[in-house]
Amino acid sequence: MEAAAGGGCGSGPPLLLSEGEQQCYSELFARCAGAAAGGPGSGPPEAARAAPGAATAAAGPVADLFRASQLPAETLHQITELCGAKRVGYFGPTQFYVALKLIAAAQSGLPVRIESIQCELPLPRFMMSKTDGEIRFGNPAELHGTKMQIPYLITEKNTFKRMDDEDKQQETQSPTMSPLASPPSSPPHYQRVPLSHGYSKLRSSTEQMHPAPYDARQPLVQPEGASTGGPGAKPPRHQTSLIRSFSVEREPQDNNSNYPDEPWRITEEQREYYVNQFRSLQPDPSSFISGSVAKNFFTKSKLSIPELSYIWELSDADCDGALTLPEFCAAFHLIVARKNGYPLPEGLPPTLQPEYLQAAFPKPKWECALFDSYSESMPANQQPRDLNRMEKLSIKDMADFPVPIQDVTGDDKQALKNTVDEVLPKDMSEDPATPKDSNSLKARPRSRSYSSTSIEEAMKRGEDPPTPPPRPQKTHSRASSLDLNKVFQPSVPATKSGLLPPPPALPPRPCPSQPEQASEAELHPQLNRAPSQAAESSPTKKDLPYSQPPSKPIRRKFRPENQATENQEPSTTVGGPASVAAAKPHPTVQKQSSKQKKAIQTAIRKNKEANAVLARLNSELQQQLKEVHQERIALENQLEQLRPVTVL
Amino acid sequence: MAVCVAVIAKENYPLYIRSVPTENELKFHYMVHTSLDVVDEKISAMGKALVDQRELYLGLLYPTEDYKVYGYVTNSRVKFVMVVDSSNTALRDNEIRSMFRKLHSSYTDVMCNPFYNPGDCIQSRAFDSMVTSMMIQVC
Repeated sequence: MEAAAGGGCGSGPPLLLSEGEQQCYSELFARCAGAAAGGPGSGPPEAARAAPGAATAAAGPVADLFRASQLPAETLHQITELCGAKRVGYFGPTQFYVALKLIAAAQSGLPVRIESIQCELPLPRFMMSKTDGEIRFGNPAELHGTKMQIPYLITEKNTFKRMDDEDKQQETQSPTMSPLASPPSSPPHYQRVPLSHGYSKLRSSTEQMHPAPYDARQPLVQPEGASTGGPGAKPPRHQTSLIRSFSVEREPQDNNSNYPDEPWRITEEQREYYVNQFRSLQPDPSSFISGSVAKNFFTKSKLSIPELSYIWELSDADCDGALTLPEFCAAFHLIVARKNGYPLPEGLPPTLQPEYLQAAFPKPKWECALFDSYSESMPANQQPRDLNRMEKLSIKDMADFPVPIQDVTGDDKQALKNTVDEVLPKDMSEDPATPKDSNSLKARPRSRSYSSTSIEEAMKRGEDPPTPPPRPQKTHSRASSLDLNKVFQPSVPATKSGLLPPPPALPPRPCPSQPEQASEAELHPQLNRAPSQAAESSPTKKDLPYSQPPSKPIRRKFRPENQATENQEPSTTVGGPASVAAAKPHPTVQKQSSKQKKAIQTAIRKNKEANAVLARLNSELQQQLKEVHQERIALENQLEQLRPVTVL
Repeated sequence: MAVCVAVIAKENYPLYIRSVPTENELKFHYMVHTSLDVVDEKISAMGKALVDQRELYLGLLYPTEDYKVYGYVTNSRVKFVMVVDSSNTALRDNEIRSMFRKLHSSYTDVMCNPFYNPGDCIQSRAFDSMVTSMMIQVC
């Protein structure tokens, strides 16, 4: 094998391998080739086996291996191209060896070129864990048809993994894998490979969180209907538990199947994963996810908002602002595909139509009628009404997924369909009723989700509010009052009602209050001093005046609005209460000695002065407030002027 | 049938405006803008009490010699303005109404998308295609 590999480099320069390299490479090749027993390299397996220098390495294990090298997908893709696997359509020994050499080159930091293989390079390093395995149902059968070799890689990888891990379970991969037709761009596929590999690694390590959580979730390509015979075990359950633990990042899963739109086909593993994610968001599988919940979920995929918006448009078939399970799966799948580099389709692919999704994963346990309705919809009929029922079925279906009968053209299904056609009209008659309910049900969450989203968005995006924030003056009852505290309070309810906090307006507000309070604090001691001085002269008579002036500042402090309103009036009114307070003690003072009278009068004078000072302060603060209001109005005007310009 | 379709937000800035003969776009933009006054006039004429009963379709806003401008207001004060060619006499009021209804339902679909922030420009492809279907009929 080594010799053949050494000399067999068909298209590129001769590949010279050192001893260690030869050994390592041949071992890897053997593993890749051997694991995929019956794996489709090209044509009949026997022929492949018989090829000198060993069989072709199965795409799956090879892809796994390459991913284990931990090179970026782009590099791996380049390597695949260079080594010739894509050209010849399979990983023959020469291609494999060249690829390994290129991997080593890339890992050493050399550019991926054919010339690189001429250098002496260290052995390529692979992080592949040997305990991976299983769950992937490698379904060789699915590779029939127009499958690309590379995507085949992915599916093969599944099988490989399984094989690798559990050698005991030598799945009998049907050797009927035929070389696939040319496919969509390989990079996306290739990228998928890394994903599934990562996933398998995860699995092997029994639920440890894969560093790339999304990777972990890679459900490898699962043959949808492919009856792979062997692996009946459904690792997906295990997978899904793993998957659940991962954060939401999606990666593309390739899909198998006989349909030309491979990237848009959801494999079983993918489906399981999607369903479990759905369940994590919404425990009832037959219900739907509201728009805001889905938005938060899909935003984690780090796609741009316009793309997510477009994906939503595609997947929300009934445009109700909520995602049912098939819609959710379709959206998830589109996001996965997009993350892997697939361009978004112009329209929802037929394999992602909700009805199709419902029917594509039938559950044997279904009642006939339901099953028939599903199968009936399989030809991708537009039957949105069946969604509700389908969701339920799909959920059940998802719950325990035996080997999927992905053969879409299953005769049994069609037979059932034919026999149960008469059931359909009955079902359809039920449909109008259920969709109405569902629509009404959905309408409510739609409005809710929309409103919640809009409120959240409006709150977040102050620059683009649904309604302009109401001016505080509108809610402020006493427009002329210098009531700064009250001015603050209306701004809070105004915020709530207008859905918009006016950020520029709020900050200046606290400032004026501080001087006021500070000035009040100043005045308070002054007023206290004044009464205290008066108290010295006439302790008894001053009680009244003391009580009155001190109470005024206190009142002003604790209930500034009341005091403020009083203060707004000219200082005479401020002086008024003082004078009134002062007047009260007068009769008593007259009874007293003149000394006391004088003392009281002094106190009164001082109080008047204090009042005058306070009044001046009030007018100043009022002025300040007016200025702040004007500023605010100017800013709001500016904002409104700016807004139409930016929108246009 | 329309030569220009515009969706105006409540604050009177356009969320979406598109005209078919692209060389005269500015003229259509201006026509839509001036028609907003007429729309506001019609809305305010109803009075606040009639907001609920106000019909959404406003009818012909004003005719010019080349074009006719039709208006439609939703309950959330989002306005749809459509400019049609005057030479297209076959276009009846009912057809205009149905076109507005389609616009309205497409608009609600756009709104349902949680990734659409109210107040953003409408970039939905479905909405675009619907408007194109309405406009292409003319040409």
